[in-house]
Amino acid sequence: MTSLFAEVSPGSSSEVPIRRITTVVNGEQRTVDVEPRLLLAHLLRQGLKLTGTHTGCDTTNCGACTVLFDGAPVKSCTMLAVQADGHEVLTIEGLATAQELHPIQEGFKDEHGLQCGFCTPGMMLSAKALLEENPDPTEDEVRWALSGNLCRCTGYQNIVKSVLWAAAKLRSQAPPDQAEAENSEES
Amino acid sequence: MTVDEIKIGGLGASRRRVEDNRFIRGAGNYIDDISLPGMLHMEVVRSPLAHARIKSIDVRGAYAIPGVRLVLTGELLASRNLAWMPTLSYDTQAVLATDKVRFQGQEVACVVADDPYIAKDACEAIIVDYEPLPAIVNAEQSMAADAPIIRDDKENQHDNVVFDWEVGDKESTDRAFAQADLVSEMDLHYPRSHPSPIETCGSIADYDRSTKKLTVYLTSQAPHLHRAAIALVAELPEHMIRIVAPDLGGGFGNKVPVYPAYVVSILASILLERPVKWIEDKTGNLISTGFGRDVYLKGQMALRKDGRILGVRMHTVSDHGAFFSDAQPSKFKIGLMHSAFACYDIPDAHLTARGFYSNKAPGGVAYRCSFRVTEAMFFQERMVQGAADDLGMDQAEFRRVNLVRDDDFPHRTPFGFLTDSGQYGKCLDIGLEAVGYEDFLRQKEEAKKNGRLLGIGISTMTEPLGAGNSREYDILGVKMFDSAELRVHASGKALLRTGAKSQGQGHETTWAQIVAHELGIPAEDILVEEGDTDTAPFGMGTYASRSTPVAGAAVSMVARKIRAKARKLAAHLLEVSEEDVEWELGRFFVRSSPDRGVTIQECATAAYTNMPDGMEPGLENNAYYDPPNLTWPFACYIATVEVDPQTGVWDVLHMVAVDDCGVRINPMIVEGQIMGGLTEAYAMANMQFITFDDEGNCIGSNYMDYLLPTAWETPGFELHEVVTPCPHHPIGAKGIGECATVGGPAAFVNAVMDALKDTGVRNIDMPLLPDRVYEAITERHDVSGVPPVRTDP
Repeated sequence: MTSLFAEVSPGSSSEVPIRRITTVVNGEQRTVDVEPRLLLAHLLRQGLKLTGTHTGCDTTNCGACTVLFDGAPVKSCTMLAVQADGHEVLTIEGLATAQELHPIQEGFKDEHGLQCGFCTPGMMLSAKALLEENPDPTEDEVRWALSGNLCRCTGYQNIVKSVLWAAAKLRSQAPPDQAEAENSEES
Repeated sequence: MTVDEIKIGGLGASRRRVEDNRFIRGAGNYIDDISLPGMLHMEVVRSPLAHARIKSIDVRGAYAIPGVRLVLTGELLASRNLAWMPTLSYDTQAVLATDKVRFQGQEVACVVADDPYIAKDACEAIIVDYEPLPAIVNAEQSMAADAPIIRDDKENQHDNVVFDWEVGDKESTDRAFAQADLVSEMDLHYPRSHPSPIETCGSIADYDRSTKKLTVYLTSQAPHLHRAAIALVAELPEHMIRIVAPDLGGGFGNKVPVYPAYVVSILASILLERPVKWIEDKTGNLISTGFGRDVYLKGQMALRKDGRILGVRMHTVSDHGAFFSDAQPSKFKIGLMHSAFACYDIPDAHLTARGFYSNKAPGGVAYRCSFRVTEAMFFQERMVQGAADDLGMDQAEFRRVNLVRDDDFPHRTPFGFLTDSGQYGKCLDIGLEAVGYEDFLRQKEEAKKNGRLLGIGISTMTEPLGAGNSREYDILGVKMFDSAELRVHASGKALLRTGAKSQGQGHETTWAQIVAHELGIPAEDILVEEGDTDTAPFGMGTYASRSTPVAGAAVSMVARKIRAKARKLAAHLLEVSEEDVEWELGRFFVRSSPDRGVTIQECATAAYTNMPDGMEPGLENNAYYDPPNLTWPFACYIATVEVDPQTGVWDVLHMVAVDDCGVRINPMIVEGQIMGGLTEAYAMANMQFITFDDEGNCIGSNYMDYLLPTAWETPGFELHEVVTPCPHHPIGAKGIGECATVGGPAAFVNAVMDALKDTGVRNIDMPLLPDRVYEAITERHDVSGVPPVRTDP
């Protein structure tokens, strides 16, 4: 049907120039043939059916399409799928485990950090990148880290609270020796 | 024995949201997430010019691209009588341009192809030959005697006037002004802006040739309204049209109108007999879909020396763009602009409103507001501050003198609305105390000595929410009621459907809370569904803060019908007469023997398994609610700011919001709505506007030019509440979703103007961009109108 992306099947051919790429998405290796101009966001959404990554603005401003690329937040509407060849991508679908939600997800629900939910996946992935780098951020640090993600519904205050909620929970879950080390640093 | 209402998630519980379970997993189902077998993709060719005659359209290049299935032009649509469609304001709007383009971004052609990339390529290959015409980009140009006629398609249109309307009593107002000690004047502009939900608009039309049924997945805040409109335009019977509004990525009024590409995607699906999907890009959304505001005001207030307002004059000029497609249901041409000054005790008022066409995007949607109420309250509160300053009176005291008192309800507003409840003075007092008013005034004087500019701004207002009573409100003739249908299953668990449509408000959570309150069934046992016209009862949708006032009332009423039947079942089970049965939450009992009782769940079981002889089985019902009046929440917003005289940048020091929206169903969600609204208010005051250059090019066509505040700039908010129940709403609730967007902007602007008071500057029109504030400070003059488009030299 479409030449833009296709799961590889033996003997497939196309007149459109295609590139075969292999990328690890949410921990699973995926090999796909893509047109060089295909955007990463579209590969994820239409090709791999991971529709939790939303596209909002097309100009890298709104951040709804944020995914973690080798752990760093990137806006997948402004990356080509071919650039993901050989890299790891985490989308919102990879945040929870089969057993439980990620504390960031719990925090967003508990602190009413979302309304329409459209910006939420990108918001949560930016928050994840922040908390991995800085497990105990201040409110200002959270606001700065999320300043590449627009929300029209919440006014951000509850999003900030959600991230701080998650940070506290993640710190409380940290292995004892690590928590102790942090405590001794503080004192 | 009694059920704990908060524990079952009833009224007043800050219940965590049900819908979040899918959204936090990325498992929401927004329109672009829907994929149907055999689905094709549509893209739109838009006019690059604001005003031009179309000489020819050459589509051959598009058809030469493999994968292109259909190209639709105005000519093709005209052959099916679809080139023009009616608007919600009884005008007409081009679906695809035939004769002229009338604004930049107007839909000229559509391409349907195998995938969106191919469709976009094909759009580039279509050659349109335009003959440019002079563009009209503001109302002043529209009313000029020699202005080109924009709507030359309309037989009797010999100028660019959309309407000329008035309300109030001119003669009595003139008399009030003759008695005034002082007349305070204020000229204001509320700039054009765009609701801009992060998700754009879109549709998937799926016409089934074998059944002749049309299913349209649509970004719709009002699915039944859209079904009625599509039935009208497409000339299909409404039982053969099914509208499905999936999860909406925000709405704010943007998803109320019927947009041309919706109609074209439907026609394409009928012609191709395949599903056709159209997902708007951000630029298309910002330059072509319903904008908000764009109103100029000349305001005058007649004042007595003691501070009483004797009368008000408002003269508005509004710019409606190329087609008058205001999405508003009132019988009043300028919406509810004349709800202005409703919270003040003012005997006389007169308003004139003139609307004009221009070569700008059509619309005039109620951007997070109840149809021009935002402009009304902004004008009101800016005029109030100007009047207080002109009188040399403290701005809080001036309000206190004029606010309607608690024992004056019901109160007739200056323009004839009837307000019914409120504790305005109490809200003001709470706000002033929270912000530390007297302290701040001292700090402000102290700071002045060091050259620092501090300011405080107040905005108090009541606004009409919840359209509306069937005497004065309708859309396409359909009255503005709303509806709910409740099915209580034999297990006592239930399914609730309404005619509203959540777009972030959390209906799946809050509607269940109303049922829990009325029936004592735990909220978690109630599934809420909305958005599918084949299953939801007929309702008019969600906008203008009408869900809780209208659909929410219907939820209450249907639950009460269910309870009335359950009472009969209880009497049967308890073997007493119905008169001997008493109700407490979740349970009926025998009055003389309170230990003998049955739960609502037991009644539900009996409705299917053990009903009395002659009783119709089942425990299902529906309710249609026609509100007797609008609801009138009150708000007091107070902002303190510091303005940097070196740069014109202003920072919010403290923002206090006191809201009285009556009974709160879910306080957590109410507070979320208020904070979201305050942020949009801050955005309007600070950065968010759409303007046009002299040729009609839209400046603000993407998120690099159309500035929305991020988490970094947005200030924190301190919220307070007062509860004055609505006397006519079944659970005493009033609308709330838009109060802060409506009342908030004036608080920020008043604060900045207060900081600049000593400079003699009375007004800077929004947005208060640093360069405009800096200009006012250094040049010591007002800064008016739309910010000019600055181009690099």
